[in-house]
Amino acid sequence: MTKHMEQGFGIIGVGAYLPRLRLDRATVAAAHRWMAPGLKSYAKGTRAMLNWDEDVLTMAVEAGRSALGRFPVSAVGNLTLASTTLPFADRLNASVVGAALGLGAQFSAMDAAGSLRCGSSALLRALRSDSGASSLIVASEQRVPTPASAGELLAGDGAAAIVVGRGDPLAVLRGAASETVDFVDHFRAAGRDGDYGWEERWVREEGFLKLVPPVIRQALDEAGLKAEEVDAFLMPAALMKVNQVVAKKAGIRPEAVADTLFETCGDTGAAHPLLMLARELESAPAGKKIVLVQFGSGCDVIVLETVGRGREASAAPWLTPGRVENNYLKYLSFTGQLSLDWGARAEMDNKTALSAAWRGEQMVNRFAGGKCSSCGTVQFPKSRVCVNPECAAVDTQESHVLLDESAKVRSFTCDWLSYKPCPPFLFGHVEFESGARVMMEFTDCEPDELAVGVPLRMVFRIKDADAQRGFKRYFWKATVLPQDKEN
Amino acid sequence: MANGIRDRVAIIGMGCSKFGERWSDNAEDLMLEAFNEAIADAGIERKQIEAAWLGVCLEENNVGKTAGPLAQGLRLHNIAVTRVENACATGTEALRGAVYAVASGAYDIVLALGVEKLKDTGYGGLPHRTRGTVTDLWLPNGSAPGAFAQLATAYQSKYGIPSEELKRAMAHVSVKSHENATRNPKAHLRNRITEEDVLKAKIIAEPLGLYDCSGVSDGAACAIVTTPEIAKALGKKDVITVKSLQLSVSNGEEAQFSTWDGASIRTAEVAGARAYQEAGIKDPAAEVDLVEVHDCFSITELVLMEGLQLSRPGRAVYDILEGRYDRDGAIPCQIDGGLKCFGHPIGASGLRMVYEVYLQLQGRAGERQLAKADIGLTQNLGGHPHQNVCAISIIGRLGA
Repeated sequence: MTKHMEQGFGIIGVGAYLPRLRLDRATVAAAHRWMAPGLKSYAKGTRAMLNWDEDVLTMAVEAGRSALGRFPVSAVGNLTLASTTLPFADRLNASVVGAALGLGAQFSAMDAAGSLRCGSSALLRALRSDSGASSLIVASEQRVPTPASAGELLAGDGAAAIVVGRGDPLAVLRGAASETVDFVDHFRAAGRDGDYGWEERWVREEGFLKLVPPVIRQALDEAGLKAEEVDAFLMPAALMKVNQVVAKKAGIRPEAVADTLFETCGDTGAAHPLLMLARELESAPAGKKIVLVQFGSGCDVIVLETVGRGREASAAPWLTPGRVENNYLKYLSFTGQLSLDWGARAEMDNKTALSAAWRGEQMVNRFAGGKCSSCGTVQFPKSRVCVNPECAAVDTQESHVLLDESAKVRSFTCDWLSYKPCPPFLFGHVEFESGARVMMEFTDCEPDELAVGVPLRMVFRIKDADAQRGFKRYFWKATVLPQDKEN
Repeated sequence: MANGIRDRVAIIGMGCSKFGERWSDNAEDLMLEAFNEAIADAGIERKQIEAAWLGVCLEENNVGKTAGPLAQGLRLHNIAVTRVENACATGTEALRGAVYAVASGAYDIVLALGVEKLKDTGYGGLPHRTRGTVTDLWLPNGSAPGAFAQLATAYQSKYGIPSEELKRAMAHVSVKSHENATRNPKAHLRNRITEEDVLKAKIIAEPLGLYDCSGVSDGAACAIVTTPEIAKALGKKDVITVKSLQLSVSNGEEAQFSTWDGASIRTAEVAGARAYQEAGIKDPAAEVDLVEVHDCFSITELVLMEGLQLSRPGRAVYDILEGRYDRDGAIPCQIDGGLKCFGHPIGASGLRMVYEVYLQLQGRAGERQLAKADIGLTQNLGGHPHQNVCAISIIGRLGA
């Protein structure tokens, strides 16, 4: 028993989010067969793919909700958003996530970036420093590899969230070690898409096999564990079987090597170590020794032990099969790699009045309407005068957050005239349990999934993008509840 | 209780440009075309006009935000000109301003003119609306067909009408308007279509297909109004007066509160009831001879027949299929082709509707003249079913 375990400090919540769309790798490989027939070797399974209105921030919000909504967490005092693909170079990306998650304003926040290790390093720092407040680490990634590169097939979009703090831990830190060197197996210049990588054999031999095992030994030493005691070895690695070779070299049993989720979602970059850890901790029984490794300019190794006594073994609810997307051109268009003729209606200037956005901050980020303290009517947006004609009371409305309330379709339409990056534009009237009615956009659903009365859940999405100025504004949209079994 | 507007103001002249894709004309050309007809009809001189109301909805297209284009386009002599805008009900709004100005006694002769030059956008359908600031943070920027399609689905589910039946009734609405427009030389679309054409057309927003949607046109329409006394003094024998002008505006209840079923245009029901009262009409279906309603979409016209008390709730589909609103039916609707075929230059549409009623009442509607036309109603709608403005006018003969 370590000091930390006695104090109940450790990982107290986990969550993740994978986009519903899953790009079929065989489809991508087939599109490139004429010039890169070798891609066939990667053409197995699917990789997670963002919808047009998703990005690193929207995925981070969903991952955060997944963690905070399912595990008892006291007030979050620190938020770190880790990603190598943050949408803003200067606008605290974490502040958008914190606002949408309703963390209040009294928390510290920072963006972590710069390498695929930014998520694991942020997690390690939180585990090493018990500040008294809960720390939420969200890692989210949306890489856009060059078409026909192996990365296009190997990478995937996704996000994971880990909460570190005091409470009833799922797992505690037993030991850790880091090494930081300027070993460049791949790089990506600021402002560019697509990695540039060196020969795989060199990366494997000189990188993974030489650099990682000594750091694993160092971390296990601190944990007071022998390599053969390790029950789960979690190491994201796009290179085939490199995790098995590293484990073997470090003396870890082959059966401890965890599935990388490659066939379900692909390698989600900086989010992937946290995603694999979240999956492991969702259902791990007590006493399981976990080694988490993230490679990149050296590596981080984190040794954890699960303490969740008798926790039910349940599959991660976010680990859904998704909906298979077989249209590679749609993927290219969504990722901005293919410029299609959308017609004059797509020329609309989407400039955001930043002053208005600040006035509407709670309305937008928290989907906050108003509840009349006089008659109880919930309305959106919140207004000075109650909408109930029998009431019409002035200045009686208290903030009422709609984003977690159950809701259903009142009416909907498939609009082929309005411009949206994925037509038809689905929107309609949504009714909430509280009686509030809002005209809303629908997302992540097909027209045939919508019908009057269909239950909905709210998701944080890109409302409009201002390509001219590089700004994005976000709002909540309605989507159908996840299906148990998707194709 | 106020006395209302009934018989207090007369229309002595009206004009309407040809509607359509007026590629070679500016907004000023359209205004002049409508105005020349109206002033000749009124038999007055331009300098007798003391004030004017200009209705333009989408000011970013062509004419700008001020009242200036009307004063400059017609070279009005430094008179008072007011520009108004109230979405697609802008034309009727201009008429309200002019009529109330006369009724107040402030002026004797006033001009109301509505104009819209839409065909400079480079694409079909209505232009993008002006981007707001706060509203755009959350409101879906959907198209008008998208919004009105939901009226169709809600109506269908409320009354349990089979979708084929509703689609046929909607098709009948459009087929009828196309048929009527063949008799109107000023109409934008003058071709006949069949029910099959409508049902097979490409879908814009399910269940609305291409032929369920009105045209988008350039055009202008205007009215010159005065007191009944001056009208008589000017030698008008058949004095046409305004019996009612009503406007009803959504206050957010439909969109945000829990009493609206989505299957009706609530403002039309409210404004309609008030208008009948103001005009002294007790049995609308028996007393109104013709109606021009805001058929931006076929479903809008269908639902409005109930909102205006001309069909019983849930019966409009069957009344339409039985021909009740055809040119030889009990209450001809869109005898000029309506928005669907006459066209929809937004700022002009409300005045265009009044123009048709005015001609019919005077027996001057040419090929499309109805046998009986003593009382006509126009209904002009701006916005979407869940949030809109609705303007209604009732026009008849003085003393009728």
